[in-house]
Amino acid sequence: MVLPIHNMQCETDHFSPQCARQLRPWPKERVIRFAGALSFAVGAAAQVAKAEVDTNSTSIFSPASAPAHLIVNLAHFVLLVTGGIFVVVLSLIIYAAIRFRHRPGEDESLEPAQVYGSDSIELAWTIVPLVIATILALTTARVIQQIQNPLRPAAAVDVQVVGHQFWWEVRYPKYGIVTANEIHVPVSDQASREPTFIDLRSADVVHSFWVPRLAGKLDLVPGHPNSLWIEPEKPGLYLGQCAEYCGTAHSLMLLRVYADTPAEFARWVANQKAEPVDDPSVAAGRRVFESYACINCHGIAGTSGDGHFGPDLTHLMSRDTLGAGAAANTADNLKAWIKDPGHLKPGVLMPAMNLSDDEIDALATYLATLK
Amino acid sequence: MNHESVTSMFGTGAQGAAGKRETDHSPGAVVHSWITTVDHKRLGIMYILYAFLFLMIGGIEAMLIRLQLAVPDNHLVGPETFNRLFTMHGTTMIFLVAMPFVFGFGNYLIPLMIGARDLAFPRLNAFGFWLTVFGGFLLYYSVIGGEGMTGAGSAPDVGWFAYSPLTARAFSKGHSTDYWILGILVGGFGSIATAVNLLTSIVCLRCPGMTLMKMPLLAWLYLVVSGMVLLAISPLTAAQIMLLLDRYLGSHFFDVQAGGSAVLWMHFFWIFGHPEVYILVLPAFAFASEIIPVFSRKAIFGYPAMVAATVAIGFVSVSVWAHHMFAVGLSSTSNIFFAVSTMLVAVPTGIKIFNWIGTMWGGRIRYATPMLFSLGFLIQFLLAGLTGIMLSAAPFDWQLTDSYFVVAHFHYVIVGGIIFMIFAAIYYWFPKATGRMLSERLGRWHFALFLIGFHLTFDTMHVPGILGMPRRIYTYGADRGWGTLNFICTIGAVFQAAGILVFFFNLIRSLRCGRVAGNDPWDAWTLEWSTSSPPPEYNFSRVPRVNSRRPLWDLKHPDDPDSNYE
Amino acid sequence: MPVAAPLSESGNERHPAMDRGRVGMACLIIAESAIFTIFVVAYIFYLGRSLSGPQPRDVLEAPILNSICLLSSSATISLAIRSLRKDRRKAFAGWLAATIALGIEFLAGTGREWSYLIREKGLTISTNLFGTTFYSLVGLHASHVVVGLILLMIVFVFAACGIIQREHADRIDVIALYWHFVDFIWVVVFTVVYLVGR
Repeated sequence: MVLPIHNMQCETDHFSPQCARQLRPWPKERVIRFAGALSFAVGAAAQVAKAEVDTNSTSIFSPASAPAHLIVNLAHFVLLVTGGIFVVVLSLIIYAAIRFRHRPGEDESLEPAQVYGSDSIELAWTIVPLVIATILALTTARVIQQIQNPLRPAAAVDVQVVGHQFWWEVRYPKYGIVTANEIHVPVSDQASREPTFIDLRSADVVHSFWVPRLAGKLDLVPGHPNSLWIEPEKPGLYLGQCAEYCGTAHSLMLLRVYADTPAEFARWVANQKAEPVDDPSVAAGRRVFESYACINCHGIAGTSGDGHFGPDLTHLMSRDTLGAGAAANTADNLKAWIKDPGHLKPGVLMPAMNLSDDEIDALATYLATLK
Repeated sequence: MNHESVTSMFGTGAQGAAGKRETDHSPGAVVHSWITTVDHKRLGIMYILYAFLFLMIGGIEAMLIRLQLAVPDNHLVGPETFNRLFTMHGTTMIFLVAMPFVFGFGNYLIPLMIGARDLAFPRLNAFGFWLTVFGGFLLYYSVIGGEGMTGAGSAPDVGWFAYSPLTARAFSKGHSTDYWILGILVGGFGSIATAVNLLTSIVCLRCPGMTLMKMPLLAWLYLVVSGMVLLAISPLTAAQIMLLLDRYLGSHFFDVQAGGSAVLWMHFFWIFGHPEVYILVLPAFAFASEIIPVFSRKAIFGYPAMVAATVAIGFVSVSVWAHHMFAVGLSSTSNIFFAVSTMLVAVPTGIKIFNWIGTMWGGRIRYATPMLFSLGFLIQFLLAGLTGIMLSAAPFDWQLTDSYFVVAHFHYVIVGGIIFMIFAAIYYWFPKATGRMLSERLGRWHFALFLIGFHLTFDTMHVPGILGMPRRIYTYGADRGWGTLNFICTIGAVFQAAGILVFFFNLIRSLRCGRVAGNDPWDAWTLEWSTSSPPPEYNFSRVPRVNSRRPLWDLKHPDDPDSNYE
Repeated sequence: MPVAAPLSESGNERHPAMDRGRVGMACLIIAESAIFTIFVVAYIFYLGRSLSGPQPRDVLEAPILNSICLLSSSATISLAIRSLRKDRRKAFAGWLAATIALGIEFLAGTGREWSYLIREKGLTISTNLFGTTFYSLVGLHASHVVVGLILLMIVFVFAACGIIQREHADRIDVIALYWHFVDFIWVVVFTVVYLVGR
């Protein structure tokens, strides 16, 4: 926004009387800025609102689980308070900026009345923020307690998650299940509560477990076990990802949490507990798995593979994605993954196995039977 | 640019002759005089030029980050490079841009404002500066000297807060992390040296009549900043020594296998990290407290309260650090304590905004470029403080931390608050340092472009955070709903870059042919405006004696001096 | 390049106790205290948490003699400065030499202790958490003693060449302040490592 400057000398001389008239001060700039801010706020709110209906959404303002609801309620309160402060103080700033600006033609040499302070005003604007801070503090403390120190119902499900570079090891100790990257939990209703308590540990560096619609995030710190709880109220898929920078492939360490109906959950558990069927038609692929370095990192129940560095593959086909969300779990992607995982997920710690195409085909055919 | 004009612009011509009968204006002699200088004004200018250099480099890093994130599934740079970009961007902007700006302005202004000839230890001053320079170049040497985690690229890629155990030998192979440690360690010693200098100068060298409660607010703020540097940089130095010992001598400070604690690094880092951001913002408050009164034509409202609030911030800010660690899994008692202390420190910080409004109230505000940037600062810092309050509510923070919401928050503080005031300070004091005014017209272009760009980028950036986008990811899927928002953020970056280019053009052009400023172009009231522009090397030909907080107001208004009132 | 004029001539110096050398050294001491505090915090935090290897009570013996040497050196340096203020330059040099000797004896004692710990008890910085925190904390202190000794030896050389005059007493007092700080840190380290830690 360029002001019309007619006198070239005035482009730097703003204090001489003839120039003051030409270089208009910028109250309009304030209005433009405010309009811009307003349109942003409207646009942003629209985005957030739209996200609420979007099934892929990870908006923190579409909570689907008890702790997430607790957070949103606190958030609404905090937004109300800070919004109020913003409106009041911004109005004062804008008013002062416009009302008390120097107007052209005013006597240059006259200085306004010098007011050095006011004890009563300053006391008031110290006490009021202290009161507001106290109220916020008390509210916050209560929600911290509610989320960090919850009551644990008898029917709670336990899941153990161990963070690795760059995947999630998932165990259900009571069921003897081991899987990776995708977690199934039962939905919970108010009457018969069945929340899921997730124990968070790390095998290497610091990671963070974040599924926004289900709970706030919590870090996986080696040597410092943490516990998070979720209580989804509606069946569905909830997306998340690692939220603490953990190395090269941090961006592709995604999470999928499925909230299942009781029947679906029981079916899933039963499937995960089942041993894979020994299918002779894929024996060739199974031999590839057992004779190459695959077994150093991966485990498949019923084979000699008992590695723990990489994900357990016993029920690989029950998962939607490969590589913690790096690619969809399709036959072609699986072959591409085995051939060169770094192509689908740069920075992944699984090396290219240098298998021939035939070996890869056989292996993929075998893995496809691990449902 | 001929040598004559260079030397006269920075006031070395006449004074050089007075001091050493030097008439040698050959390029070699000029460069030599700048390299060997112990003059606080020259060192201050060099700090600021150094900051400009790294502002450009850090800005290019930011531009690449924004270009990579502009659209989903982008492949402009891969994750290895991206991780180095955000690590270097953060490290550069904090240690090689913001800190040098802080020390540069402190160096230049403090002696002039307290009526002294130089800082207390001029040679230590030069030493501190060159340590800072060396630290920065050591950090960037990593680009050719170190090897990264996968052997590809060499700059550090562990994030600017370098969490353990990612920085352990096992996870950070090669030397890139060592360059991060050593570059900042060395620079840290320079910072401590300068803080010692500034604090000693403010305590010991104030001119007669200038009691602590009569010195400019800028001096108070720098007094507290210096104290905080002494207390806050040291924990980082200690932690970095520990990390070096872990990496090279096999010690176990952060070695979880041996019983060490990854969380301990976090505590030590943030005990530095939080006071550090106050170290960066307090000078912005200092500039605002000098500039807003002059352009509102009124004394600062509530000087004693401003002093009290500053000291309170200094003390309380060392007790809030674990609000950066709410999601780490500390006990509810710890989280409650740090939430409360953080909300508490917001009170003295917020009060200052009211004091500045009170200064403008009833004034006669002139919107020269320094005041435009100050007004932007006021509104933006208000917003940044409020998003800070949101983050201090720990459960809300459990969603917002490590997401683009917190990235937006701290850029709002650092760019919308600190950088805006640095621009204001440059437009305000450039005439004093060089004898020439910066162009008002170009200044307004700079302001408009940068303002639009800042808001496009950082207002928008809050939203992807709310929609679940974590930070430090090099790409994201098209189905996440973050694409359009990221694109808007990137467009804003282009505007900001344009604004900065206009600014540099303004600087260079005004050095050559800006309007001559005279001693006191803004009709201001503190001692630096009583000298010539630029000041002579010795600053004051006679030690000034002051009776009030605004010595030049008293001189200009002998019938109604400040000393009658406060 | 003209050197800044001595600031005492400019009229800016205030109260003698606020002399810039002392204030500057006090600032440095504040910063150093913060560094030491972090190492002490790490030491205390890791007490009893070593997973294996020698424990403090198994291997540590309180270095009483060493500590007496170091703490006496605070007395001797004070005596040195007092002598210098009375213009008794030989006594000054003598007390200064005593300070340096006591400091060197302290370092030698530390060296003996470390040699014993490494060779006979198998405790190094990489053995366990105790080794890590012990050597880093005591070593950090020892490095500050070394720096102090270098400063004192430079002063001694100047004294031996007859350069030091009575009016330099204030500046040497600034170095003494550093030396007292180093001794004070030793009191803290001694308490934490050899008393509390065992």
